[in-house]
Amino acid sequence: MTKQRVELNVNGEIHEIQVEPRKLLAYALRDECGLTGTHVGCDSSSCGCCVVVLDGETPVKSCTMFAVQAEGHDITTVEGLAQGGQLHPLQQGFWDQHGLQCGYCTPGMLMTSYAMLKEYPEPTEEDVRKFLSGNLCRCTGYNNIVKAVLQAAKALGAEKSEPETTAADD
Amino acid sequence: MFPAAFDYLRAHSIEEAAAALSQHGGDARILAGGQSLIPAMRFRLARPTVLVDIGSLRDLVYLREESGFLRVGAMTTDARLERDKDVRARYALLTETSDVVADPVVRHKGTVVGSLCHNDPAGDWAAAALASRAIMVVRGPSGERDVPIDEFIVDSFTTAVQEGEIAVEVRFPTPSARTSGAYEKIERKVGDYATAAAAVQLTLADDGTIAQAGVAITALGPFAMRVTEAERLLLGQRPSEDLFRAAAEEAYRLADPNPDTRGSAEYKKNMARILVARGLARTSSKLHA
Repeated sequence: MTKQRVELNVNGEIHEIQVEPRKLLAYALRDECGLTGTHVGCDSSSCGCCVVVLDGETPVKSCTMFAVQAEGHDITTVEGLAQGGQLHPLQQGFWDQHGLQCGYCTPGMLMTSYAMLKEYPEPTEEDVRKFLSGNLCRCTGYNNIVKAVLQAAKALGAEKSEPETTAADD
Repeated sequence: MFPAAFDYLRAHSIEEAAAALSQHGGDARILAGGQSLIPAMRFRLARPTVLVDIGSLRDLVYLREESGFLRVGAMTTDARLERDKDVRARYALLTETSDVVADPVVRHKGTVVGSLCHNDPAGDWAAAALASRAIMVVRGPSGERDVPIDEFIVDSFTTAVQEGEIAVEVRFPTPSARTSGAYEKIERKVGDYATAAAAVQLTLADDGTIAQAGVAITALGPFAMRVTEAERLLLGQRPSEDLFRAAAEEAYRLADPNPDTRGSAEYKKNMARILVARGLARTSSKLHA
C-alpha cells in the first residue's frame, strides 16, 4: 500500500514522516517520531495509556486516530510536558504523591490530566475522578494519582496568581 | 491489530465528500470522530477501501436551537454537547446520555451523528434519539431529506443513508417545560458499551396526565428499539408505580438480547424491565420536583 507524506507537529517540532494511511497515531509517534513516551496498552480505546493532547486542549486516544488525521493539529505528548529540564507541576505531583506503581499508564494519566486542567483549573476530587475514568491503572493506584493531580492544580494556580515581573513594571 | 489497508481522502467540503462516496461506491466510508469506526476496522469488523475524512469540515460543528429543534451538526462531538449549558438545563435525556457515552476522553473525539450512523446495536445515542423523536438530516445528490430516527435505523450497523449520501445533522425536538427524561445504563466499566440501557422521555399535560411518552431500549436486540407498547400504555394516564410497572413489562417482552460476556439473555431481559421502570420513576420524580 502506498505510503503518504505526513507532517506531524509534535511538541512544537515538525516531523516529516512517510506512513500508510492505516498507521495509527500512537504507532507513528513511537515508530516514526521516536517518541516512545506514548504507550500502547489495550490497543482498543479502553485504557487511555496512549492519550495525547491535540491543539493544547483536546485529549485523544492516539490508538484510535490515524496519523494522517493529525496533520494540521498541534500534538502534545508526555515528552512535551517538562520544560528546560524542569518537571511540569503534574509530573512533580505524580513524583511527590507516588502517583504510580508500574508506571505504564502514567503518560496517559498525565496527558488526560493536562487537558483537564486547561478546562477545569480548579477541579474537585470528583472532577478528577470523573475525567480520568477513561484511563485505567491496573496497579489500582488511583488514590495517589488523584492526589497528584490535585497537587498540580494547586501548584499551577499558585503559579498564575504570583505577580509577574514584566518589563513594564521595571 | 492494524486495520486493513485503505485509501484516505480528506474532504474540504460536504459536496466533495459526497462526490467521493458516489465515486467509490459501497466500500467507501465517512470518517468523522472515528471512535466507533476505527476500533471496528482494527478488529476487521469493517474493511472500507476508502475513508473520506470530514474531520476538517468546520461548518459541520454546531449546536443551536432553532425553530423548535436542537440542531447538532455532524462534526459536533459528544463532549461539546455534554458541556453545553442550555442542553444541560433543558434536555434531561440528552444530558444523561452524553454523560455516559463512551468515556470522557473518547467523548472529545466521538460525534453524536457519527454514533447514530454507525448504528451499533448497543449504541447509546440511538435509544436517546428514539425516545426523544429525533430527525436525521441526510444530504445527497438531489438535495436534503429529513428522516425520522425510526426510519433511519434499518438494521444492525445499517441506516437509511444511501450511497452518495451523508448525514449532516440530527435534530432533537426542544422539550416543553413539562418534559423530562432519564437514561439508565448498565456497563461493566466506564466507557464500555451498554450491557443493557433504556432511554425515557415524558411530557405532562396541564391536567397531570402523560401527553407524550418516549421509551427505547438498546443493547437488547438487533438494534435500538422503541418500546411502542409501553408508550401506548403511558399516554393519557397519570404517572403511577403500577402504570410504570406495566410499561416496563412491555420492555421485557420486546427485548431479544444475545447472551455474551456481559450476561445471559434472561439477565438482560430482566434488566430491560428494571431499567425502563427506573427511568420512568426518575423522570416522573423530576417532573414533580
